[in-house]
Amino acid sequence: MDEFLRYAIPGIPVGCVYALVAVSLVLTYTTSGVFNLAFGAQAYVSAVVFYLTVVDHGWPKLPAFLVAVVVIGPLLGLLLDRGLFRWMRTAPMTVKLVSALGLLVGVPPLVNFLFGTATRLGPPSVAPDPEKLVWARYGIVQHQAITVAITVAVVIVLAAMLRFTTLGLRMRAVVESPRMVQLAGINADRVSLFAWMLSSFLVGLAGVLLAPLFANVADTNFTVLLVSAIAAGAVGRLRSIPWTLAGGVLLGVGQNVLSGYLPAGSILSIGLRPAFPFIVLVLLLLFLPGLRTRREAVDPLSVCDPPPPALAATYRDASLDRMTRIAFPAFIVAFMVVALFVVSSYWLFLLTQGIVFTIIFLSITVLTGMSGQLSLCQAAFAGVGAFTAGQLASQQGVSVLLGMVIGGAVAALVGVVVALPALRLSGLYLALATLAFGLLADNVVFPLSWVGRGNAGVSVPRPTLGSIDFTSTRSFFLLSMAVFAVCAFVVILVRKGTTGQQLAALRGSDVAAQTIGINPVRAKITVFALSAAIAGVGGALYGSLQLRVSGGDFNFFFSLVFVVLVLTTGARTVEGAVNAGMAFVLFREVLQTLQRNDNAMLWIAVGAAVLAVNAYVRHHEPRKALMEAVTAVGAFAWWLLGDGTPSLVGLQYALFGFGAVSYAKHPEGIVEWRKRESLQALMRGRNGAPTDFSADSALSGPIPAQSSVREALR
Amino acid sequence: MTALLSAAGVSKRFGGVLALRDVSLDVDAHDAVALVGPNGAGKTTLFNCLLGVLRPDRGTITFDGRSLVGLPIYRRARLGIGRTFQRMELFAGLTPREHLLVAERARRGDGRLWKDLLNRSAPAPDEVAAVDDVLALLGLGDVADAPVEALSLGRGRLVELGRALVGAPRLLLLDEPSSGLDAGETAALVEVLERVRAERGTAVLLVEHDLDMVQRAVSRLYVIDAGAILAAGPTADVMDDPAVRRAYLGAAS
Repeated sequence: MDEFLRYAIPGIPVGCVYALVAVSLVLTYTTSGVFNLAFGAQAYVSAVVFYLTVVDHGWPKLPAFLVAVVVIGPLLGLLLDRGLFRWMRTAPMTVKLVSALGLLVGVPPLVNFLFGTATRLGPPSVAPDPEKLVWARYGIVQHQAITVAITVAVVIVLAAMLRFTTLGLRMRAVVESPRMVQLAGINADRVSLFAWMLSSFLVGLAGVLLAPLFANVADTNFTVLLVSAIAAGAVGRLRSIPWTLAGGVLLGVGQNVLSGYLPAGSILSIGLRPAFPFIVLVLLLLFLPGLRTRREAVDPLSVCDPPPPALAATYRDASLDRMTRIAFPAFIVAFMVVALFVVSSYWLFLLTQGIVFTIIFLSITVLTGMSGQLSLCQAAFAGVGAFTAGQLASQQGVSVLLGMVIGGAVAALVGVVVALPALRLSGLYLALATLAFGLLADNVVFPLSWVGRGNAGVSVPRPTLGSIDFTSTRSFFLLSMAVFAVCAFVVILVRKGTTGQQLAALRGSDVAAQTIGINPVRAKITVFALSAAIAGVGGALYGSLQLRVSGGDFNFFFSLVFVVLVLTTGARTVEGAVNAGMAFVLFREVLQTLQRNDNAMLWIAVGAAVLAVNAYVRHHEPRKALMEAVTAVGAFAWWLLGDGTPSLVGLQYALFGFGAVSYAKHPEGIVEWRKRESLQALMRGRNGAPTDFSADSALSGPIPAQSSVREALR
Repeated sequence: MTALLSAAGVSKRFGGVLALRDVSLDVDAHDAVALVGPNGAGKTTLFNCLLGVLRPDRGTITFDGRSLVGLPIYRRARLGIGRTFQRMELFAGLTPREHLLVAERARRGDGRLWKDLLNRSAPAPDEVAAVDDVLALLGLGDVADAPVEALSLGRGRLVELGRALVGAPRLLLLDEPSSGLDAGETAALVEVLERVRAERGTAVLLVEHDLDMVQRAVSRLYVIDAGAILAAGPTADVMDDPAVRRAYLGAAS
């Protein structure tokens, strides 16, 4: 018993931190319907600010704490609610989730850009003397004691507030039904704003409390925190705050007890300890009754909602189709000529990389574009393909081309294994389960010697086929184009074929699709397997292009970036995937080139200014123009006053992440939207008559009159 | 002759509420039957049990002499049961024609991935003809290729009906087909149902509040109240039953 307590009690403080974030997740999810994955990034921001003020600027801890937690925390909540999520209240779950994902992906690189990428060693604790033993029997130090004390105090205040104040009563009412509360004459927006600020404060607090438990302040630490918090929230069925708290503490304790009892250094302990929160999350999602069956819309008045605004955008304009059909082959030919005969071999390599990423991204076109399901583990599928091909080639001497095909098949199998339990889930819970799977692959499976061999990685040679050798970049480029062509045709054929139509039906209405005889299980497993197979082939090709790949190449972070990027450029079309693939590679290259330029910030300022003018004059979007103008002024000031170019590494992820916010406005993808807009301008010039494309917004677009949409179709 | 659809002793409990208590119901082939009752009587619950959305706690359901218990929804659909919903459930992003085409193929359990990959999945001439038939029957020809979101509620309901009708089901389950329709649209709907029954021999079971429509559309009636069948029989007889008048129609009428 004493031994048990010696393991259990030190787990309580970290459990408290999990609980704080979990309560925040539940608070915002219930009051605004947003499952805010960005809390991971918000915790990171507070931890960095606390570190910078205390360590770099030598502030005393109290004012630093006030700034990092009490000011910055709620301020971020205010910004997110007012600037973003308030406008999405009636938007579909996917839109909200993708926006939150975008922030989770985008905020940490932005923080690193603003405050530098130096490793921040030895995060300070809020405690005056953090390492001092306060309860020697269980080895509890002051930092841990203070963590528990602060959490208990916060929870008591929170409980009292929810229980006894009017605001608390209103908050509990908004949880039931924001609209009902509005009808009773209460400003539900303000209540939800308060919930956002409160929960963001709690998350900031958690960030500062968690940071000293690690060697340095790194954004990845906060992702694990996020998963643990999701698992804790699942214990409370994303609804009950007391259960959520209990879940957080139990998770912390369980993790510690487990690693205490498992023999140190064994495979089980090395593998299981980091995997614990993910495994708990998956098990909870699958087996906790009430969570699985819970509908996402719990508002009793939700049946009174108008149907979601029609997406004229989902119907492709016929003339746009015609234009694409003519322009696309011409573009492909031009692209190949330029790639093979004009550019340097370095750029040819980059373009090949872009093609390979496009192939991986097509897996998202299949899954999310066709079936509307969000998978957050596509990079893991790609990794399975790459490691299979590499291991087969190096261990068994299997030809790499054959290895790629087998890699795709193995990835498809893994996809089915992931899909089978996931089929019991849908929407948000499916996304969370795939997130847990991706992290599990990342932390536990890929480091194994027979899979990815950790940091050492697996070598994947360039393939040969009879006398044809794909070793040179030029021939490998041609191989990639061929594989891309095959994958693109598969996507197009499936989309217009029966499977695509059935998936569209299932996306429209699951139960109605079943009542016309569609087998939902088969359809979903098919699409998961197909998607994973494409990702696996793409991953194997990537491995062969790079010659050596390790788990880091298929990090779960990439899974998130992939999804966010493809949804932003357009998940419905092959073209969207191409744009995403090229953007993924070229943005990195452009930033690296800029990095070497002393006047990079000036160039950025000029670019942002051009964008601002463009947004204001051509697109009449004053808000966007203002944001870009602010960026321009900031960059200019940096160039003028700052010392040299700041680190631009990874800034592309910030751009991709913040770009995802546009998904809410243009669910068909910004490229598709821009194309339609240009065509519209063209047609206006020709006929003098404007064509009505007004209904392209998932947020606020009016329900189109029958005639306008039909006209749009002509 | 045995009934086409036969439910016997169906019970369903939600927590403490007994939503259905020992309900039995028969629909003969080519028959039109209505199920009426006050809100909360268990009509939609019974529908959901018949179709497999819910699993009844007790009782048997047979279709064409074959037990449906344990069959998933899509298998029941393929046996020849079509259904519409009280709250419209259309497939956003598909046109009415696509709604019908996808239903036509799904009901036959057709549509393999390899056919898509070999580009063999374009609609066959007989499928196109079957869909055109239904579109013409429902008068949806002019909007067949418009976005389904742009249709009026009445037209939307017809698309739902059409989707249930393709593939020649032998039984149609209609959940409040006239809700949200005006008098003219309701009359047109009754006429369509008449024609469906006459031309295709499809049996119809409908849940409905509009008693005028019920009297025009069906020949037999079940009255359900508080989860139990209160009365059953030819429409006119049931409407005159004093117990029914008390429970549902109100004493004044």
